[in-house]
Amino acid sequence: MIIEMLSYPFLVRALLVGLAVSLSASLLGVSLVLRRFSMIGDGLSHVGFGALGVSALLSLQPMAVTIPVVVVAAFILLRISERSRSGGDSAIALISSSALAIGVIAVSSAGVNTDLNAFLFGSILSVSRSDGIIAAAISAVTLFSYLVFYHQIYAVTFDPAFSKATGIKVGRYTALLSLLTALVIVIGMRILGSLLISSLIIFPAAFAMRIGKSYMAVSAIAAVEATAAFIIGFILSYAFSLPAGASIVAVHMVSLIGAASAKWIWLHAKGNA
Amino acid sequence: MKLIEGRDLTLGYEGQGIVSDLSFSVDERDYLCIVGENGSGKSTFAKTVLGLVEPLSGSIEYCGGLRKNEIGYLPQISGIQRDFPSSVMEVVLSGCLNRHRRIFGYSPDEKAKANAMLQRLGMHERTGSSFQELSGGQQQRVLLARALMATEKLLFLDEPAAGLDPGASSELYSMLRSLNASGITIMMVTHDIHPALNDASMILHLSHDGYFFGRKDDYFLSDMGRVFLKEAGHDH
Repeated sequence: MIIEMLSYPFLVRALLVGLAVSLSASLLGVSLVLRRFSMIGDGLSHVGFGALGVSALLSLQPMAVTIPVVVVAAFILLRISERSRSGGDSAIALISSSALAIGVIAVSSAGVNTDLNAFLFGSILSVSRSDGIIAAAISAVTLFSYLVFYHQIYAVTFDPAFSKATGIKVGRYTALLSLLTALVIVIGMRILGSLLISSLIIFPAAFAMRIGKSYMAVSAIAAVEATAAFIIGFILSYAFSLPAGASIVAVHMVSLIGAASAKWIWLHAKGNA
Repeated sequence: MKLIEGRDLTLGYEGQGIVSDLSFSVDERDYLCIVGENGSGKSTFAKTVLGLVEPLSGSIEYCGGLRKNEIGYLPQISGIQRDFPSSVMEVVLSGCLNRHRRIFGYSPDEKAKANAMLQRLGMHERTGSSFQELSGGQQQRVLLARALMATEKLLFLDEPAAGLDPGASSELYSMLRSLNASGITIMMVTHDIHPALNDASMILHLSHDGYFFGRKDDYFLSDMGRVFLKEAGHDH
């Protein structure tokens, strides 16, 4: 069956793009979750949906509208959550539901040509050649920047105050993180849609933090879990004709529940021994 | 040679001043203790000197060629997330990132230095341990090792003895003494009177009604200094 699956070029393309996006999202996710920024991914995906809706209404090239809008939103959201501890959550919720509302109005005004379902839940199988190239390029940039600045990203995630006091440009690395997050969300929306994309960021990190004891281990485990969950979800969706995005998220969910239960049992067994 | 100079500072948060008209300077090889009751602005002073918050007014300058990446900082442990997955070695190595030049990974020299710091602080057997599973005192030592990695000219410590037992804190103080003797400038926010009494060369005492800044000997002759000694049970 897998060989049959790989004989369709559009499936191979979807698989490769999806793997690249999953991997980038999982690595960024570790830092975002640890800095308590995970809601930002959710907010950004809704902003992306709004931008897609508007670009459909005005018949503009979707990526050309979505990328700048989501990048700007990422900087604004990060600033809001850094400045105010308590007001940050509600500000993000307000921005994301407003963007969703604008998107829905724009999509319904644009008429029947626009597929609301594809915007909300993704359409991995309709990834075009040019989309595939853009997604691959953005993922490559993300992975490369992540590897080059791995230690700096760790340091500003672990203790931003120490990093800033001792002369590391914390603002610059936070900006890099928000830029990369925005880009990954935009390309990921094609695959999982705006409602599910934040799960690619949060699930692998949540899974890895239950198991890993060092930052390096957590990053590696998150990357492996993201890759595995994507492949399994993708094959399941092909085998049982299920929606791809939802299947992938369901696999993530099952693996997180499995990891949490295994850890619980292990801790209790150790406690009783 | 002056390293840090603050002039006519008003310190505080969100427009609320805590300390006003504060002027001070730190010379190379000084050992400055910052004392004062809770809420008098010691932590705000620390954050302002380190550039984490802006003063409400006045100016603070690094001079004498002091650059930010020559400063080591031991923050209060409460500022660090308790559930952060990280090994001891990862924490300590991150201390040398401020002067780090390599693109991938740490150099063998940096790793050797990190090991030496952990050895010096008696934590070399916990190199691979998870930071979150250590006791408060052990975490404090790991953070101190990280601060020492970052220190080239100046070491700033915010309540370093919190969480340490008396033996460990006297070890810490003797280590700071030898660092200071080897040319490192020390600035330390502290509740503990002993380093102020024994080791400091300069004192900054912040209080709700004014401040004292000057040499230690002058401080203990001043009214503020006498009150501080008396409250700490060192009444002569």
